[in-house]
Amino acid sequence: MEAFRSLEALVLHLPMPNTDTDQIVPARFLSRGRSEGFADAFLQGLRFRSDGTPIADNPVDRAKGAGILLAGANFGCGSSREAAVYALQDFGIRAVLAPSFGDIFSGNAAKNGLLCGILPEQDAAELGTALDAAPEPVLRIDLTSCTAMLADGRAFTFGIDPFRRRCLLEGLDELGVTLSLSDLIAAFEQRPPPVPQPAVP
Amino acid sequence: MASSPRSLVGKIWARHVVTEREDGQSLLFVDRHLVHEGSRRGFELIGQRGLTVRRPDLTFALPDHYVPTAAVTAKPAAANMLALLRENARKSGVTLFDVGTRHHGIVHVVGPEAGLTLPGSIIVCGDSHTATHGAMGALAFGIGASEVSHVLATQTLWQARPRDMRIRVTGRLPEGVSAKDLALAVIARIGAAGGTGHAIEFTGEAVRALSMEGRLTLCNMAIEAGARIGTVAPDATTLAYLKGRPYAPQGAAWDAAAADWLSLASDQDAAFHQEVELDASRLAPMMTWGTSPEDAVPITGRVPGPQDYRDPVRAEAAARSIAYMGLEPGQPMAEIRFDRVFIGSCTNGRIEDLRAAAAAVRGRRAIIPAMVSPGSEAVRQQAEAEGTAAILREAGFEWRTPGCSMCVGLNGDLVDPGARCASTSNRNFAGRQGPGARTHLVAPALAASIALHGRALGVH
Repeated sequence: MEAFRSLEALVLHLPMPNTDTDQIVPARFLSRGRSEGFADAFLQGLRFRSDGTPIADNPVDRAKGAGILLAGANFGCGSSREAAVYALQDFGIRAVLAPSFGDIFSGNAAKNGLLCGILPEQDAAELGTALDAAPEPVLRIDLTSCTAMLADGRAFTFGIDPFRRRCLLEGLDELGVTLSLSDLIAAFEQRPPPVPQPAVP
Repeated sequence: MASSPRSLVGKIWARHVVTEREDGQSLLFVDRHLVHEGSRRGFELIGQRGLTVRRPDLTFALPDHYVPTAAVTAKPAAANMLALLRENARKSGVTLFDVGTRHHGIVHVVGPEAGLTLPGSIIVCGDSHTATHGAMGALAFGIGASEVSHVLATQTLWQARPRDMRIRVTGRLPEGVSAKDLALAVIARIGAAGGTGHAIEFTGEAVRALSMEGRLTLCNMAIEAGARIGTVAPDATTLAYLKGRPYAPQGAAWDAAAADWLSLASDQDAAFHQEVELDASRLAPMMTWGTSPEDAVPITGRVPGPQDYRDPVRAEAAARSIAYMGLEPGQPMAEIRFDRVFIGSCTNGRIEDLRAAAAAVRGRRAIIPAMVSPGSEAVRQQAEAEGTAAILREAGFEWRTPGCSMCVGLNGDLVDPGARCASTSNRNFAGRQGPGARTHLVAPALAASIALHGRALGVH
């Protein structure tokens, strides 16, 4: 996994709450393989009508080139589809800041090097107002200090689970770590299992 | 040394810790891993590293998301997903419950029904509705593709212990009010993010009185309140449901396990980070109006207006939802006109759900298209044998075969753009049942009644 230390990028601001993973990447794109990419599927409902025609001047395409998403509360709630993370990344997003995240989504994000930083609701609102008013909505995120800084120097501290922060900073390969602990797993398997094995009918 | 009082989740957690780290992460052993078509990426990720499935004996594969529910050929993309699952199962020696066989169905319906889901176990699946299995007193949660690959390769997962939330439901549900209505009422109360970071334990008289099917429905929707995990402590209802199921322990092994499982209930003075209390006797049949499961009100209520929200962001979100749904602020719920009905899914595709639907329609006719997809092959066969299917068919309902079907539309069972569907599924997200589709979440009896009247007049 690619390490994440800092990022200065344009911001896509989507303040509405409960942006679920069905909106981030609709189910009909999930039969794609990873190599096919999901950039075009990202937030389809905000970019295209149900007949497939594009919506002119939508907030997503207007922010093309954005590397940071400032989102509303409970971002990424719903389905466990990891393609939601792929869609964000393929669109160019490397960090999401929001007052709260869906648990499964934020776990998936951490495993793919996508930063999810938690901002207090009030800070998210203040940051959003400042970015909406800025001629060029740019933010600098530093994961070492857990801060997001506006061009005018105003800084906001975001929260992140310490383990996930470490994984991001070091580009940690979690599966590699676990494989190195195979002896511990084998020892656990030698003990009576926590529940009976599946009976063979 | 006497140990401190522990919750159900705490007890199950402790039994599965392979090792712990100072940063609070535990490496947990996984007792059952359920895979479906969507798990292909997990297989791909271990394949790329030259790894194999560590415990095929604890892994079970079920096609459900892309399975056609009518006698049609799957479209190429869906057929490819089905083929990949079959190939991955065969190559790795994983038991496959294929379409048309005895244990086929939606993963979260089959797990408990086949006796794969045991109290005290840790169960994972690359699907957020894995929370369902917690109704059996298991610790069950949905995971993403990276975690699927981790479990395939190591039979373990790194997890931080979630905080404990207890939702106590006092009193009894009134006649005609079901576990689905309770689930929607809970979500409306605590919000779609109310349980984020928590494992919910449902307790109280109303929960104890629920059948196993009802508890499965309730825990299924824990994720719609933000909680990856929903549980109900194992009791006599759990044991009666599980005993004799094909994959459950038998004989002396059953006796030993059953006694142990009853000891898993949260200790009397276990501490919870959050406590919520609801009075079941005050609940009514519920229906959602918006695009989040938290947008649920009694059918006697009204669509809210932006003036009902103090927070301007929430008010704007409500206005957007109402516009997407083609409704008017303040409109009575009972006046909303429907185009179709879907009964099924891992939320409400069990035999009790289909019986409730049949009881609501007996001898009458649907006036709008209504589709029923039983949650599993076993449910289908039971419903056909006992006459439940016949009642629904005679009322004009289309009787399909098992799968996730119109809950998510991956198999092509879609709601048309702009059409309004009363659905017993779990998500009313924008576009969930198809681009532009408008979904209202309801219980099976109300869904059936809506098919007869075209609107939500109640459950009789």
